[in-house]
Amino acid sequence: MTQEIAKTPLDSMHRQAGARMVPFAGFDMPLSYTSIVAEHQACRVKAALFDVSHMGRLRFDGEGSEALLDRLLTRKVSGMPIGAVRYSLICNEQGGVLDDVLVSHLETPSQQRYHLMVVNASNRMKIRNWIEPFLAEFPRVTFSDRTEITAMIAVQGPLAIDVCKRIFHFDPARLKYYHAVITDQFSKPVVLSRTGYTGEDGFELICRAEEAPRIWENLMLVGRDDGFMPAGLGARDTLRLEAGMPLYGHELTESIDPLTAGLRFACSMEDGREFVGSDALNLLATKPTAKTRVGLLPDSRRPAREGYLVFNSLGEEVGYVTSGSQSPTLDRPIAMAYVRREDVGKRDLEIDIRGTRVPAELVKIPFYRRK
Amino acid sequence: MTRDQSQLLYASTHEWADIEEAEGAKIATVGVSSFAIEQLNDLVYMDLPEVGRVVNAGDELGEVESVKAVSPLYSPVSGEVIEVHSELPDQLEKLNSDPYDFGWIVKIRISDDAYLNELLNFEDYQRQCAESA
Repeated sequence: MTQEIAKTPLDSMHRQAGARMVPFAGFDMPLSYTSIVAEHQACRVKAALFDVSHMGRLRFDGEGSEALLDRLLTRKVSGMPIGAVRYSLICNEQGGVLDDVLVSHLETPSQQRYHLMVVNASNRMKIRNWIEPFLAEFPRVTFSDRTEITAMIAVQGPLAIDVCKRIFHFDPARLKYYHAVITDQFSKPVVLSRTGYTGEDGFELICRAEEAPRIWENLMLVGRDDGFMPAGLGARDTLRLEAGMPLYGHELTESIDPLTAGLRFACSMEDGREFVGSDALNLLATKPTAKTRVGLLPDSRRPAREGYLVFNSLGEEVGYVTSGSQSPTLDRPIAMAYVRREDVGKRDLEIDIRGTRVPAELVKIPFYRRK
Repeated sequence: MTRDQSQLLYASTHEWADIEEAEGAKIATVGVSSFAIEQLNDLVYMDLPEVGRVVNAGDELGEVESVKAVSPLYSPVSGEVIEVHSELPDQLEKLNSDPYDFGWIVKIRISDDAYLNELLNFEDYQRQCAESA
């Protein structure tokens, strides 16, 4: 089946800027505008702008939204105050991860309250189909996919908040980390959220699709003298890898459970709370998981890549790499991997890098933490 | 020395070859085109063959690795590797600024020049790049 490739509302901006475009999750997306390393460093030192409009934006309105989300998500949603944002997982009955998401509890200026769930681009249709049968039980919930009528821009980096506050009516510095607000920009509503996927401070904003080019231009304009750069998917991946953040399809899949992934914090399992997958997760929580997610520093100039195998000193295969790249900040290869728990803490692990066994130091993630 | 990229031959896999006659043999100096280097973006590693290795045109000579991906390096000609630019892997950043002079990778003594007809001239190679961009 050939699928029509979608363009984000910012497509023309990327092409004007000379971006190298690649297909990703059904969208034509910028991989890089100049160099992955330069864009990565701009984000770490100044700030970078990312078009993340490919991410899925699903909205839940009406009575019962909290109860529905409490069923679907590993994280408790009911009781979230207005303006709160939570990282959560959606699991199947076996505890396998269907997606990792951000849920926000928002209130419009006309005091309409709703929940917004941002899902991975590659999982949007899967999650929509997953939610569908649950909706019958919650007839007063209105579920809508807002992805195509909106755009999403991330501004990330130490200067992001300070520099961009000039163009917002709402000072984003007033937002606490993992909090969001609906504000207005050019008299149109914008969701402003102090969240991100780079390990830096910054914000993500959601606006109407037709407003996106103007907002993008304004953000670039206001940040130009401070060294803002547009950054593509390449830098987004190296940034999140340094920050130790999982990426669906790599660290997270339907055959990985949240506990193995080290995401216990995203599961509200207290008080016998029930949600899809809670039985499986409660059982898993009774003993340590067989494997665990770790960081590896291969003693090599060549990065370990996804799928490369990890061995212990006895030559036993004890794990596999899920993401690996050169780290622009550390100027050395880094990798995330699932490794057998009994081999964690051993000093002599090796990664098979295309036929060569390379020693790899096991380290705690993240590889990078902002000061 | 400044190599004129319009005088080089190119493989469709983006390696260039500069063919010279020396001591009765044809010697190909081989590198990677500026187009490919730009596409690869942020090189981090290069794996070179050993001197003495005998390759056929299209055989893998080594690998170049960028932040994002590993790409094989193919030999544009058939012959024996007689020299390897061993300082290059430590100065990969220079490949961006100087892909045709400092950026040479290997020299190969050509054993069979029949395959040279398969290589592209500069105009045809440029056309190929334009079509793929």
